[in-house]
Parts: sequence; C-alpha cells; structure tokens
Amino acid sequence: MLSDKNRVFTNLYGFQDISLKGAQERGDWEHTGSLMAQGRDWIVDQVQKSGLRGRGGAGFPTGLKWTFMPRQVIPERPHYLVINADEGEPGTCKDRDIIRNEPHKLLEGALLAGFAMGAHVAYIYIRGEFYREAIVLQTAINEARSAGLLGEKACSTDWKFNVELHRGMGAYICGEETALINSIEGRKGQPRLKPPFPAGVGLFGCPTTVNNVESIAVIPTILRRGGEWFAGLGRPKNTGTKVFCISGHVNTPCNVEEEMGISLRELIERHAGGVRGGWENLLAVIPGGSSVPVLPKNICDHVLMDFDSLRDVQSGLGTAAVIVMDRSTDIVQAVARLSRFYKHESCGQCTPCREGTGWLWRMMERMVNGTAHMAEIDVMEQVTRQIEGHTICALGDAAAWPVQGLIRHFRAEIENRITARARAA
Amino acid sequence: MPKLTIDGIAIEVEPGSTVLQACEQLEIEIPRFCYHEKLSIAGNCRMCLVEVSPGPQKPQASCALPVADGMVVKTDSPMVRKARRGVMELLLINHPLDCPICDQGGECDLQDQAMAYGGNSSRYHEEKRAVADKYLGPLIKSHMTRCIHCTRCIRFMTEIAGVHELGAVFRGEHMEITTYVGKALESELSGNLVDLCPVGALTSRPYAFTARPWELRTTESVDILDALGSAIRIDSRGAQVMRILPRMNEDINEEWISDKTRHACDGLLIRRLDTPYVRHDGKLQPVTWREALTAVAKRLKTLKPEQIAAIAGDLADCESMIALKDLMGSLGVVNIDCRQDGAALDTAVPAAYRFNTTIAGVDLADVILLIGTDPRREAAVLNARLRKRWLTGHVEIATIGTPVDLTYPAQSLGDGPAVLIELIEERHPFSQKLKMAKRPMLILGQGALARSDGMAVLGLVRRLAETANMIQEGWNGFNILHTAAARVGGLMLGFVPGQGGHGVTAILDQASRGTISFLYLLNADEVNLSTLDRTFVVYQGHHGDAGAKRADVILPGAAYTEKNALYVNTEGRVQNTKLAVFPPGHAREDWKIVRALSERMGRPLPYDTHADVRARLVAVDAAFATVGVTPAPAAWGVFGEATSFTESLPLRTCHENFYRTDPISRASSKMAECAEVQAELESIKKSIKKGHHLGQEREDD
Repeated sequence: MLSDKNRVFTNLYGFQDISLKGAQERGDWEHTGSLMAQGRDWIVDQVQKSGLRGRGGAGFPTGLKWTFMPRQVIPERPHYLVINADEGEPGTCKDRDIIRNEPHKLLEGALLAGFAMGAHVAYIYIRGEFYREAIVLQTAINEARSAGLLGEKACSTDWKFNVELHRGMGAYICGEETALINSIEGRKGQPRLKPPFPAGVGLFGCPTTVNNVESIAVIPTILRRGGEWFAGLGRPKNTGTKVFCISGHVNTPCNVEEEMGISLRELIERHAGGVRGGWENLLAVIPGGSSVPVLPKNICDHVLMDFDSLRDVQSGLGTAAVIVMDRSTDIVQAVARLSRFYKHESCGQCTPCREGTGWLWRMMERMVNGTAHMAEIDVMEQVTRQIEGHTICALGDAAAWPVQGLIRHFRAEIENRITARARAA
Repeated sequence: MPKLTIDGIAIEVEPGSTVLQACEQLEIEIPRFCYHEKLSIAGNCRMCLVEVSPGPQKPQASCALPVADGMVVKTDSPMVRKARRGVMELLLINHPLDCPICDQGGECDLQDQAMAYGGNSSRYHEEKRAVADKYLGPLIKSHMTRCIHCTRCIRFMTEIAGVHELGAVFRGEHMEITTYVGKALESELSGNLVDLCPVGALTSRPYAFTARPWELRTTESVDILDALGSAIRIDSRGAQVMRILPRMNEDINEEWISDKTRHACDGLLIRRLDTPYVRHDGKLQPVTWREALTAVAKRLKTLKPEQIAAIAGDLADCESMIALKDLMGSLGVVNIDCRQDGAALDTAVPAAYRFNTTIAGVDLADVILLIGTDPRREAAVLNARLRKRWLTGHVEIATIGTPVDLTYPAQSLGDGPAVLIELIEERHPFSQKLKMAKRPMLILGQGALARSDGMAVLGLVRRLAETANMIQEGWNGFNILHTAAARVGGLMLGFVPGQGGHGVTAILDQASRGTISFLYLLNADEVNLSTLDRTFVVYQGHHGDAGAKRADVILPGAAYTEKNALYVNTEGRVQNTKLAVFPPGHAREDWKIVRALSERMGRPLPYDTHADVRARLVAVDAAFATVGVTPAPAAWGVFGEATSFTESLPLRTCHENFYRTDPISRASSKMAECAEVQAELESIKKSIKKGHHLGQEREDD
C-alpha cells in the first residue's frame, strides 16, 4: 500500500484548491528553474533511472522514448511535445481527474519534458467531451503564463515555452499518437505508417514526442525526489506509482494512486470497497481498459497489477482501468458491446480492422443469443488472429484481444448458449 | 548501399528503397492493392505483408518498410501465406463478388490475387455492406459496393491531377470514397482513375458493358490528339476501337493519358468519311475514287501554280505531308503551309520550334516560365509533369499571358508582351529569380505566336532565353509547346511556303479574293473557310468536319488508329502510330491518296511502297530513321524577328475548350458530354463569384 509521503497526486480528488496558488502550496512549480538548470541530459537521465513506463497503455519506457528525439534542434524543424489527453479507453478516467484537479502538475511536467527534448511548444490534445476539463486546463495555462511560469522566459530561465490546448472531436482513434498528430494538423484522424516514427517525422513533419498526461504529470515529482525514489516503488521494471481507475461491480468505484505491483484483490478490496456481494461473487475483471483480455476470477485471486505480471497471464496493464464484473454479468454480451465499440471507432484505413471489427461484432452478437454455430467460435478466434498484428495501428489488436480473452476463459459459456438455443429450437 | 537477404537471395539495393521494391528487383511477386509506384505510400491494404527479421514477430507491410542492412525477408513463409490469406478473406467479405456483371472482370487485381492468395470458400455469413454509388462525371462509372478502400483514387486526384476533389468520408466499415458534393471531377486526367482502381469500383462509363478484355485485340500506338504523343494502347474488336488505355513511357506520359486521348475514341465511329464525294450542282455526291481523283486532277491541270495552295492540318501524318509537298513541288506550287493556326514558327532553326528541354527534362528545371500557354488544357499530361516538379519543391513557376487555372501555384508576371521586354532588360522583380536559377526554362504556347506580331514575340522570347541563361551547355530551356501532333513533323519536312509563297493567312486572303482558286486541305479543319466561295476546295481527311463541309471534292483518309504513320511530337520525337483497325468503307491511307492523285495527274511520285515513303522522309531529315527515341538536342541559332511587338494585347492561350479541339473529339459524343458538364460547372463558378450562388438565391426567395 502506497504511503502518503510517496503520493504524487496529492489532490487527485480535488478536495483542495486547484488554482495555481493551491498547487504551489502543495509543492508544484517549486524551483522548477533550478531543475531545468541541471540540464537536459540530467532530466532525461533521471527519467530513465526512474524506470517510468508510459502510462497511456503500451508501457514503453518514457525516458528511452525521449532519447529518440534528435540531439540538435535544427531551426527549420522545431521539436514538439504533444500531450495525449484524448483519454478514450472505456473504463479509464485518470487523465480526466489529473487535468481536473492537478492541472499544474501536467503543465510543469510539460515544461520540464519539453525542455528536456528541446521543444518550445507543447500541444495538449484534449478529448472533446472533456469540456469542463478543457476550461480548467486553459485557466491553469493562463495562470501559469501570467505568473511567468510559462511564456517567453519560463520560470525565469531563458527557455521560451508555450502550451497550446487543442480540443478533439471525440474519436477514439485520435488517441493513437500518429492519428492524434494528423488531427492536430487538421487532417482526418487516421494513424500514420511507422516508420518514420514521430521522433523523426511527427507534428508538421518535425520531431515530436507524444506522451500520456499521467506520464508527463509525474515528471516534476520524479525530478524533485530523484529517479531512484520512483524506481524504489513497485517492482523491478514496473516501478513507481500509478493511478488506477476501478469501475464496475464494486461498492465504491474510484480513481486511486497506488504502487505498481499491488495485487488486484488488495486494490479492489482496500480502495473500491470490495466486489459487490463479496470476492466470491466475482466473475471476471478487465484489468487495463477495454482493450486488454478479460481475466477470470481464478487469475484475479492472485495476479499483481503491473505490466509484466499481467502480460504473463496473457492480459495487460493497459491504462490500469480495472473493470470489475460480478456474477450477474452477461460476460458474452459485455464483450460483444466492446466489439461494437471497436467496430464503431475503427478509422477504416486498413483492411483487417475496417472489415474485421464489423465481422467480429456481428459474430459476437450471435454468440450472445446463441444463434451462432459451434464451429464459429473457432472462426471468430481465427478472425481475431487475422486482425491482430496485421494493422497499421494497435486498434486492430485492441479489438481482437477482448474476444480472444473471452474465448480463452469463457468458451464454455458461449458453447452452453449455443447448445441451449439449439435445444430450445 | 544496404545489403539484405530475400528468400535466401542476397541483394544490394539503393538506400531508401522499400522492401517491396527490393523484392521487385528480384522479380519476386508481392501482392498489393494500395501500393502504386507513382503515388505516395498508403500502406492500408495490408496485402503486401512479409516476414522480416530482425523486428517484431509479426508480418510487416513491405510497401512501407524501408530496407535496412542485414535484413532477412521471407516472402513465402507460412506466416506470410497465412497473413495474405487472412487479409484476402477480409477484403472479400464485404466485396459483392459480382464478377460476372462487373466490367473489371478479367483484368481485376482483386480477382487475380484472390485466385492466387485467397481461400476457396467464404466463412462470412453476415449481410454484406452496400454503398450508394457516387456521381463522378460523364467518364467514370462508380460501383462503390466493390470498393476496397485502397485510396489510390484519392491519392491520384490529390497528388497527380492536383484537384482536391476526392476524399474519404465516415470511418470504419462505413468509410466511403466520394466527392462529397456529388459533382463531376474537374480534371483532364480523371480517366486514369479507372486504370488505377484495382477493383471494379471505378470503371469507364463510355466503355461500360461493351466488351470483355479477352475479346479485345491490343495494338500499341501513340496518341495524336495533342502534341505530346503519349503512348497508348488501342483495344479493338472487329472494326471498332473499343477503348484507349495508356502505356508506360517515362519520357512522355509516365503512365497517364488525358481524358481526351482516352475517351475521344467514340468519335472514330461517328461522322466518318467512308467514300469519296464530289460536289455536283452544289451538293456532295458519293463517287468512285477514280471519279474523285479525276475531278481533282482535271481542275489542277487547268491552273497556274500561283493559283494553287495546300494547307496541312493538325492531324496530318508525315507520310501524307511529304507526299503532298512533293506533289505540290512537282507542280511548282509554293503556297503550302502546315501552320493552320497562323502561328509564327520559324523553320530555319529546329530549336526554334521544338520542346528542347524534353518533357522528362522538366523534372530538372528550377524556374519555369509559361508564356501564353495553358498546359493544363493544351497538354494535360505535361501539366501533371509540371505539378510533379512543383511537388518536389525548390522551383518557381510563373506565367505571362491571360490568366490560367493550373494545378500548382504560379505567379502571374503580367499578360502582355511588354513583360518580356522588362524581363530581358532585367527590370522586372522576377528577373532576380531567373538570375539565381541554375536550370531555368520557358514554355511558349501557340497562342502567343498566333498573332500578327508573332515573329516579334518569338524573337523577344528567344532573347529572353538567351539573357536569362536558359541556353547552356547541355541544357536548353527554350520550349515551344505545340497543340497539334502534325506540326513539328510538318516543320521538319518544310511544309511551309516556298520562295515567294504565301502562309495560311495570306492563302485564305488570296483565296477569298479569287487569286488563289484551288485549295488542298490535308486534315485541315480549323482554318476559316467562310470566305472561300470562289475556291475549289479539296478536303482529304477522315471526318465530316468543317473542311469536308466546304469541300468540292472529299478524299476519305484514315484516322490515326487506322494507319501506320509517323508523327513527331513537340519535342521532335518521331513516333509511329499503328494500324489497329482498317479504315471504314473506301477510305484509304493518306499518303496513298496523294500518290494516287499524282498518278492521275500523270506526275507519279517516286514511291510505291510505305518503305519508299519512309526512305523519302529519312532523306529529308535523318531523324525520321530513329523512331521512338529522344531526339538529339537541336543547335541554337538566331530566329524570330528582332523588331518589337506591335500589339499590346495579352498573350492568349489557345484551346477555348479542352474537350473539342479536333475533328475526332468534336465528333465524340462523350467529349460533347464532358464539355457540357464543364460549361455547367463554369457557370456555377461564375455565379458563385458574383455572389449569386444557389444558397443566396434561395434566401432571396
């Protein structure tokens, strides 16, 4: 259990003042200039030492990602920092709370990260539905600008730094980093081919790093307390703290900052008031937002909540959005609903996802009411394999995994329905 | 250069090439739909997946993957086969599989690749998607349910045609290719979409349901409806040209052709002259060849050479022009001309009437000056080349002349010839840019020369080319853009007034006054024939157009799809059209008609076979011996008049209407339809400009 002294987000619930004054009282924007004075390399080094892995879902080491940016800034090709606040993953609402209640952590992190990568501008791409949050964030930007923390001489250093807010229009795919870049540029939100990666050719064709809100918001604290401190929390390669979003059939759904590697059961029972009707009433948990495969109760009993532990049980930490489902849940219908979501949000650019997500959803719908054929379960499994790993971006994988998880752990449930339906007919 | 291994074969390729290109070098077939080497890489069909190590344990799209040193690529591993089969199945689940009623059948990429890489049955039991068809104009028929969303069409229109009119709306499985507002595509190159579409979503509307590819006989030929000489393929069935498609020729048209080149071919069946006619009592009567030729010969024998004149038009081939020139020469006639638009083209120096930079040379230019020309209408494929040059960057394009709507930004320097003097004297702001340029070029249109002071304009432009450093060792930036396929050939053969002879304008003038009483029109329809009441007009050609209407004797010739004949394009490149179908009825190859006439007059021309005519052509100009090759650079010289211009009128571009420029396109109902649609769009644009667009009118109501 994370002790209060190791908490990064001390105002995650907004119980205190969210304005610049309140944030400064909690330690934000303190000696930011002197952190920057230690140099770009020091910042990148500390982030690498902290072992911070990207909080957007893929878990790529943040410090390593920053080193992909060119060392030298060519004047015609300025560097850009883009912050992904297009939090669209079903079940996830951590970035929303960070923006809502800790906007200055994000802005300070943006300055430090931008400085470390030689960027003078950060674009925050905020999900269109986050209307109030956009207002809060813009207010915070204005506050920081008029206090001289951002602007021509950010935090009294020689570094010019501005933060621009860009509101999205609510497309899930625009959370994919290259689709997000396209969207900022005014193009259709469709992922780009990689390579070239954004660090080479990104926003407006210039070197760009796209980071999740949470990844950026923890940076100031990491730098103040040192990379080692962060690395000391959690488990090796899965370090630090993480905001978990617990939703579904729990008594007190919540966002909570916890140490990486906490057990799923402890997380749910300590912070979310336990599963509705007790732990034994648990059916399954989706541990990392809608894209990761579902885990049945027997795995949930002992699994730890971090990237590697969940990968070992063929699921993933994703955005750490824990969706709890008790025994009253129609798990097939639940996954069918997710399939419909991915069908709806597929951008339509590449074949497997465009055609496959619709096929999956239609098959899933027939699995729900049992009108499918028994052999189709395998067909569906194969179709997920035809989509997974064959697409331009990861949306194809995200559409495939929930269905794979369902078949892996709840095949009997699907088969029972088909048999029952056949018997009734 | 990176070395990699593909299917166990080591290969070294250019850095920056893609894995797919490397595979192509080894002639390993990689299936693809979205990839097209002339378009940007989209990587969206996912058909070209290959296994690559080192790298993630999943197949990679080879079209978008740059080669790296030490890469090991497998194109036929179990993983790759499975991936391709999977993608193919997904491509087909929502495809209607209506091949028996699809015009693409038999030449469909999806059909072929499904045979090679697909499964043998469908596992898809859901309802298939249906998509409403889109209106894309009179040339393209859409069947959007068949679309596989490769976006080649979007990329072509945006990148090559330079018209941002196609796009994709909606997302996921509802994504649709559309013009959004359902209007006709405003591009002279739109027909190429049909070739690019790998399935039957975009097919040719004029060709719809007329033939299957395996019924067609293919003839490789060249186009003559503009002066570029684009490489074409004529597909014919029986006596009918069914369609015209482009062939690759990197030096000229890459693999595009204009809509006129492609779709004017229905004009080859309409209004054809298939039998000789002689005018009796004011009415044209069909006669035999003997009667027709006798009528001409009889009339010619009664006349003095100065009463006789001949004009060669835009579509005349070199063989017929040399035959007619020789015939006229034997009669002592000097009033001959091949510049029917009256353009002041100097024949003394070949460099003065050629596109010296060559079409491919455009790719190297860094300043391009368009003088009195609208390449988009006069040579649409060249315009695509100019756009391609603009897209690669570091180029300045400027125009002098009446405003033109191009597919790339071009600075207008002014419209009158006075700008030329300012540039020569380096008084114009643009002079600086010309000075900085390493390889500047200019393109001079026929509109700028077809005026009374054309020779002076030509002289000014020559001086401009010289002062602006366009004439260098190994670089000649002086270019004439012709609009007629016959023109350069005619000039090379010297089909111009001899000593004391008259040019087109003077011939027509003398004819109206009665001094010239015999006029031989060889494929000449675009001259003003309204005042020739007192002239005996012989028209040799293939269409009942303006010339035939006024003619006293009609000698039916062959169209370019019906004869093996030489044409010289604007660069001076000699090219050969091929006989794909036979001329209709009694129509004959053109040089043979002139030869027969000479026989009838008792002055037989000294050639009996086609080979003899070709030999005669080579004797006039050795370039006629080298067919199809880039011509040797022409020597520079002094040409044009050193006087100043006398008319301050703007330098006008020719071709009022792209779709109706010659007897074939004027006869084509498809071109008429295109012209009509275009006029409609123009009028809408005009009313929008005036602020009277539909929305406002509705509000006023």
